[in-house]
Amino acid sequence: MSAPAGRWLLALLPLVLLGALLLLIVRSDLTEAIQGDAPPVEELSFERVRLGDAGIELTVLNDGPDPVTIAQVMVDEAYWSFEQTPAGPLSHLESALLTVPYPWVDGELHEIVLISASGVTFDHEIEVAVATPRPSARFFGIFALIGLYVGVLPVAIGLLWYPLMRTLGRSGYDFVLALTVGLLLFLLIDTAHEGLEAAAAVAHSYQGVSLFALVALLAYLIIEGVGAWLRGRRPSGDREAGTAAWVTALLVALGIGLHNFGEGLAIGAAFALGEAALGALLILGFTLHNTTEGLAIVAPLAKTRTGITRLFGLGLLAGAPTIVGAWIGGFVYSPFWSVVFLAIGAGAIAQVVVQITRSVAGERELGTFLRSRPVLGGLVAGFGVMYLTGMLVG
Amino acid sequence: MKKPLSRRSILQAAGITSLAGVGGLAGRSLASRVGAPERMAHSHAMGVVGSVDTEIFHPGHFLESWNFSDLDGAERDAYYRETPQADGTTLREYELYAVDREIEIAPGVYFPAWTYNGQVPGPTLRATEGDTIRIHFVNQGTHPHTIHFHGWHSPGMDGSLPEHQVMPGAEFLYEFKAEPFGLHLYHCHAIPLKRHIHKGLYGTFIVDPKEPRPPAHEMVMVMNAFDTNFDGDNEVYAVNTVAHYHMAEPIRVEVDQVVRIYLVNLTEFDPINSFHLHAMFFDVYRTGTRLTTEEVTDTLMLCQGERAILETRFRYPGKFMFHAHQSEFAELGWMGLFEAIA
Repeated sequence: MSAPAGRWLLALLPLVLLGALLLLIVRSDLTEAIQGDAPPVEELSFERVRLGDAGIELTVLNDGPDPVTIAQVMVDEAYWSFEQTPAGPLSHLESALLTVPYPWVDGELHEIVLISASGVTFDHEIEVAVATPRPSARFFGIFALIGLYVGVLPVAIGLLWYPLMRTLGRSGYDFVLALTVGLLLFLLIDTAHEGLEAAAAVAHSYQGVSLFALVALLAYLIIEGVGAWLRGRRPSGDREAGTAAWVTALLVALGIGLHNFGEGLAIGAAFALGEAALGALLILGFTLHNTTEGLAIVAPLAKTRTGITRLFGLGLLAGAPTIVGAWIGGFVYSPFWSVVFLAIGAGAIAQVVVQITRSVAGERELGTFLRSRPVLGGLVAGFGVMYLTGMLVG
Repeated sequence: MKKPLSRRSILQAAGITSLAGVGGLAGRSLASRVGAPERMAHSHAMGVVGSVDTEIFHPGHFLESWNFSDLDGAERDAYYRETPQADGTTLREYELYAVDREIEIAPGVYFPAWTYNGQVPGPTLRATEGDTIRIHFVNQGTHPHTIHFHGWHSPGMDGSLPEHQVMPGAEFLYEFKAEPFGLHLYHCHAIPLKRHIHKGLYGTFIVDPKEPRPPAHEMVMVMNAFDTNFDGDNEVYAVNTVAHYHMAEPIRVEVDQVVRIYLVNLTEFDPINSFHLHAMFFDVYRTGTRLTTEEVTDTLMLCQGERAILETRFRYPGKFMFHAHQSEFAELGWMGLFEAIA
């Protein structure tokens, strides 16, 4: 037997035995003996609720191990007619659409209870009933406008600090980059917080917190790899330093873009859930909050000459995802994808924080670098500015 | 960031909105009125979806049967025997057993009930004042049970004290005179009482006066409810167990005939239940212990264990709704229709 074949065998043998063991467990009466006459474990999660002229549409997912049969639907403590597609019991992770022709009332609270064949109930509260926006030119326009105000314009305004950056000396440069790291650390914590909050709403089977950690780790590693690849592409002479700075700026813009995408999702979802009433104040807060993101993008470019077109491109990369996020959040919001996108944002920002710290510290020992006054001041200032402007958003 | 998904944020939002003043609110309510017409078209979609299997328990048959009159011949004899006595009364012997059984209380919704003779409510027992009632009770269930009757009897026949409990597999002979005449009930009095009652161990016990009430179209309605998720709050309400059954299968009555309803409230968890009949009024004989009454109404409230005999005549042909006048109970299953035929 050749060595590779032997290796395959060694790898596969335990797997074959595992398969045999699983078969034995399924075939034996063990599972039945354990379960006995115990009632089935029924779990349902509400994935999406839409309100329209036809009534209430619910997308539900079987989040438990046993099949669930939805026998009746109650809305506001009244049995109501409904249609289920596909009909029949839902198996593990299977989802169905329930259409309930209920005359819901604008601006009021409604409570939906699904009752299973065994009498188990699953509740969902619609806190404020508002018609769910359907994809239409008008709503695309509204979301684009919100994204523009919240994402694109503030970032672009922040970019205008670029000329100032170029006049800075060593301490000033350290301060501004530390400020950027402070801003990003705030965004990292914020994104992680949002992501973990969304994780709590995800069906248990998807293990929201682990999903968040997995995707964030993957995002970190991929962006690390992409950054290294970009930097290695043009190693020629005097442009080397400029390229490294450019790649850092690009990654900062990408990280912020992913974060803003998550922000857009949240805004769109809030709008879809009928909470757009926060409107003006929310947009005002975000606008102020996000202007500092522009600063973070141009800081790494302080020692380079960068054209207006490139700056514009970076601004768009960081800001435009807010619009796309708002569209997606508004029309097809799902907790699962929120977790995924927020995790990507968190991984990307974490990578950028590490990247900037590495590149600014340069030859200096990290501990000494962090203890220097401009750096300490910058970190605190960056985090503090985000915290204070964040208070406006509430 | 941002996303105000919490309830607190919504209240904040409401606060912000209210700053916009009365003008904004007026605009809002107008908007909701404009949005209304199409949705209103669906407002008669209230009610359960589908129908129950009536093979084991048929609410229509239960409604108009007592002393196992829904069974025939030898099958009936197995559960009920009448023996005339020298003094002109009747000895009535019943076979009742407690058994655990899953019952269908709304289409597709199954409840793990404790039952008398496999049904909820238990079989309706009916005797004439002075008759001897003898009940051979066998507990085939998994918990101790009893039968506690409302009516005159000696303490030993009360089925309520700890020593009265009939253990699983054990049996007991209840014997007493049927008195006073009226509309009574029976239920399990093992503890915890709430659970033994709401799981389904109850039924109706009618004692007719020696001089019978005038002939009428008679029916038994037990107002009951089920807490399917055991949180101390009912999910399903009905008369005679099955939610909205008589919405799909109206009770047929004849115009001008006297209709007599034996109405018993055995709803657990809610302090009261009620009966409301549309477009008509009825005479109320509370507990059925008198043959005359001053009370005429269209809405009657009864506490748990309370009961009344209702009498009325349908003046017009057509469909007449009846339901609990607690709207919540009505929409959760306690609603039905009479259909009067000329």
